[in-house]
Amino acid sequence: MTAAALIPAVPLLLGLIGLLLKPGDDEDRRRPAAILGITGAAIALVVTLGCLITGRTQEWTAHWVSLGDIQLTLGVSAGHAALYIALAVSVVALAVQVYSVAYLHDDPRYAPYAAQVSLFTGAMLLVVTSGDLITLLVGWEVMGACSYLLIGHDRRLPEAPAAAVKAFLVTRVGDVGFLLGVAILIVDARTSEISAVLAHPPHPAALILILAGVAGKSAQFPLHTWLPDAMAGPTPISALIHAATMVAAGVYVVFRLYPLYDQSPAALAVLGVMAAITILLGALSATAQDDLKRVLAWSTVSQIGYMTGALAVGSPAAALFHLLTHAAFKALLFLAAGAVIHAVGTNYLSRMGGLREHMPVTFWSFVVGLGALAGLPPLAGFWSKENVLTAAAHATEGGGATPVWVGWVVWIAALFAVAVTAWYATRLLLRVFFGISRAHGPDGPDWEVGFDDARYTEPEAPHDPPAAMRWPILLLAVPSVLLGLAAYAPGFRTALELEDPHLSVAVVLPLILLAAGATAAWWLWREVPGVDPAMALGRARPLLASGFRLDEMQDRFLVRPVRALARAVTTVDEKVVDAAVEGTGRTTSTVGAALAYAHRIPLPAAAAAVLAGALLLGTVAVLFGAAA
Amino acid sequence: MSVALIAVLLIPALGAAVLALFPAGKDHAARVTGTIFAAAALVPIVVLPFACNDTWTSYSVNPLAVRPWAELDVSWVPALRLDFHLGVDGVSYPLVALTGLLTLLCCAYTVWRVPSGGSGRTLIALLLVLETGILGTFLALDLILFFLFFEVVLLPMYAVIAGWGGEDRRRAARKFVLYTLFGSVLLLLGVVLVAVTAGTGDLVQLTGGAGLSRSTQYAAFALFAVAFAVKAPLWPLHTWLPDAHTQAPTVGSVILAGVLLKMGTYGLIRIGVGVTPQGAEWAAPVLGILAAAAILAGALICLRQTELKRLIAYSSVGHMGFVLLGIATLTATGLQAALLGNVAHGLITGLLFFLAGAIKDRAHTGELADLGGLRESAPRLAALLGFAAIASLGLPGLAGFWGEAFAVVAAVERGGGLWVTLAVLAAIGGALTAAYFLRLLRKVTHGPSKQTVPAEISGAEWLAWSPLAALTLAVGLAPTLVLAATSAPVRALTEAFR
Repeated sequence: MTAAALIPAVPLLLGLIGLLLKPGDDEDRRRPAAILGITGAAIALVVTLGCLITGRTQEWTAHWVSLGDIQLTLGVSAGHAALYIALAVSVVALAVQVYSVAYLHDDPRYAPYAAQVSLFTGAMLLVVTSGDLITLLVGWEVMGACSYLLIGHDRRLPEAPAAAVKAFLVTRVGDVGFLLGVAILIVDARTSEISAVLAHPPHPAALILILAGVAGKSAQFPLHTWLPDAMAGPTPISALIHAATMVAAGVYVVFRLYPLYDQSPAALAVLGVMAAITILLGALSATAQDDLKRVLAWSTVSQIGYMTGALAVGSPAAALFHLLTHAAFKALLFLAAGAVIHAVGTNYLSRMGGLREHMPVTFWSFVVGLGALAGLPPLAGFWSKENVLTAAAHATEGGGATPVWVGWVVWIAALFAVAVTAWYATRLLLRVFFGISRAHGPDGPDWEVGFDDARYTEPEAPHDPPAAMRWPILLLAVPSVLLGLAAYAPGFRTALELEDPHLSVAVVLPLILLAAGATAAWWLWREVPGVDPAMALGRARPLLASGFRLDEMQDRFLVRPVRALARAVTTVDEKVVDAAVEGTGRTTSTVGAALAYAHRIPLPAAAAAVLAGALLLGTVAVLFGAAA
Repeated sequence: MSVALIAVLLIPALGAAVLALFPAGKDHAARVTGTIFAAAALVPIVVLPFACNDTWTSYSVNPLAVRPWAELDVSWVPALRLDFHLGVDGVSYPLVALTGLLTLLCCAYTVWRVPSGGSGRTLIALLLVLETGILGTFLALDLILFFLFFEVVLLPMYAVIAGWGGEDRRRAARKFVLYTLFGSVLLLLGVVLVAVTAGTGDLVQLTGGAGLSRSTQYAAFALFAVAFAVKAPLWPLHTWLPDAHTQAPTVGSVILAGVLLKMGTYGLIRIGVGVTPQGAEWAAPVLGILAAAAILAGALICLRQTELKRLIAYSSVGHMGFVLLGIATLTATGLQAALLGNVAHGLITGLLFFLAGAIKDRAHTGELADLGGLRESAPRLAALLGFAAIASLGLPGLAGFWGEAFAVVAAVERGGGLWVTLAVLAAIGGALTAAYFLRLLRKVTHGPSKQTVPAEISGAEWLAWSPLAALTLAVGLAPTLVLAATSAPVRALTEAFR
């Protein structure tokens, strides 16, 4: 048994223990919950670091159970790439646990919250380190359940329960495909051990079915609809689950099974088209949102599209690199957004503005995070996005498993989205931190008329968050700035199998697009001060704000037909199936009653009946007797 | 070991007899005594696995497909070819253990709370009679004996529903008893057909279909399949179930869903597949299609239910659909998945019915529209309900996952257009299962609190619930607990299809 088994086991165990704690809001009950949560993430972090330092690949397998002649194993298989992902997960988890202590300081249901975060962390680490498809599936679904529980955590939000159910159900629809795909792979290989599964030539249908699960979990078109709604969850949860880790799990699974995908151009083509649509869909929808967290959510959709795009064009290394940098800068952005929301008490960009002077730490964190998101050199996102673009450009030349046209589609979508990303990142920064405060809302400040002078109530000055929230933000700012340069570190590069970084002329094109997008947003904001640059979108704005109305389509073509079908089946069950049963019973009773009645007829009629019967029998006897 | 075997049956029967002699005034003492008997019955059940000697590797030399760990074979009525033949093996043992456990938990729960309608003493006595009948069904290795025990269960269950049930209890109980009696008639026909044709009722000799012609097997399997499908229940023969469950008292529902339904699926494996393998192979596609229909219909109907217990009852239709799909594939994977699904459903649905009963008792209503905010008013109860619901929707890592996922895997394994389609439909049914359980949780636990529900959970409730919750997790993490001894007998059963 390797030490790597502890990486998922400890947070899972501590999470389970934490769930048994009594909920309550007094200090004695919060403290053990916080200690359990933070310890779990910290131990996972330390063990991961230990494994990385010793430098060995962690492999361990044991027989778990066999069903028929299908062998299931319990196994750890953590190569260097997996350990780097585990490192990212446990760092973000630790930051989020510490941050949550302050963010949820007045929440009576903090104890189950912390335990669920622990359980989630363990499940994600299980996905990352698992050497077996079924244990991977366990982690995969436990993550989904924790995500469901945590999105629905906030009791003050009426939309939270619906968002939680939607998140679970949409991913579960994808998981129908995932389960079937896994089933086909297992049946072919007679075992669920990943190394053995990889040795079998794959069924393309299995790979495409697994992509359905990936689309659900990683919020890819057409199963991305849950992610923007999932922002009803507490902000630290958005940072951990819906930005840094769970949504990246789909990318990781494709990476893990990449030797199979490499053999199937059809599956890669599906993935590539999905990625290209998702990149554009996410980026364009992000331009028109008024909710700070929704902007970030749509940008997550788009950025994960970059990762799946990188996978589709044959560069799993670029996908993982972008996964790591994205985990850092998006978690940073969400935690910083939490600080903003905490300070101004609203999610809406239309009620923010002018926060730069009051919240310098948060401001600079946002600058770093949004810069990295847009791909501003030398921040982390620049390097990883550059890798993805290079890989896509490379795929347009053909030669790999990816069809050439897929390379073109991904490359063009990714390039165009660079400009759009720069545009919405700039808009976000300007709307939140620059200009004047719009905290009063559209009606203006509350005027108070006094004796000496007319004056209005000063809104409470927003301020940077307390230390427990500030330090996690600062911690995450470091990799958001520096992680890109890790591409120059040989150890890291070989672990991810990244190519040597080389900055060629090709870098100029995305940089020009970036500058164009950012300048456009700035210019719009500058020309008409105080007005949302998104006004320039004109009539397209409502369409973009609603995410191309895909929610409505989902409702019309999936949810309502299922409801109608349920109604029809229930009616059939009551009016046909059960009615047949009840009818049999009733008919029997009726016939019985009729016979009983027949037995009660008066004597003359009875005597006549008996005689008639005798006559009939006699006639029959005579007729047949005569015949014989 | 035959002593342990007979003790498993005798202790609950003796307990019921003792309770019948108890003075009516000492109701509490009688309930405690009954519970002690139920606990004592667990002792021989725990002892039984020690009789299992692992000489399974040599089974291929031995032509017998059923090789019980412990056996008791006494000639009873030679003229009817009826032997008192009991035995336990890997297929039946998990169900035997589940029966013993659930009966004990129900008795303990009844010590704490007697549902209105009758005396607790009689209820516990009936539960013990039920236990005897169910255990006898699982232990019988003689066809006619199996039928006898199968019937013993019917009337006590009728009495439990009709005596301690809800408002519409008499109608529901009558429907239950008449419907299942209809199934029993077919079972009797099948049993007699097989026993007369083969000249023996001994399951050990009959397993594998020896001595039965193809057409006899077809006819017998058709009879068995309908009889067991009523009990399991398989859509569209399920309509007794929602009424019975909704009206039955909590302990009645727990026993009904937890183990009584399993008699149908167990019978289908042990007798349907075991005694008439050719018939099973012939009817497998129909069974598979009905199973997939049950999964989808059960889930869709659940989406429309407005009453807590009725919803959980209908969810059983879907879950047993997965079990039947596993059986219908006639592969070792499918049969093992079915056995695991049986036990998992017993644990999880048992827990769900306990919780539904607790919620109804506290809120005085089971209408989903009138419930809400349980998370605020009774956080621990809500947490347990959430756990049970998530386990029931098949979350991997908990018991419910294995039976459902591997029924799908088995259907894929079986291959061919039909079975792959059934696998896809079953997987879609899995997603719908999630939909209705999340709807249930959203209505009951989330939202504003509409009822003042007492939050505290009594000691007896913890005692009854915690073993089920713990086992749900344990079986989920280590399915070997159930599957350990099943692989050899299941392989022997599927040997006929190779």
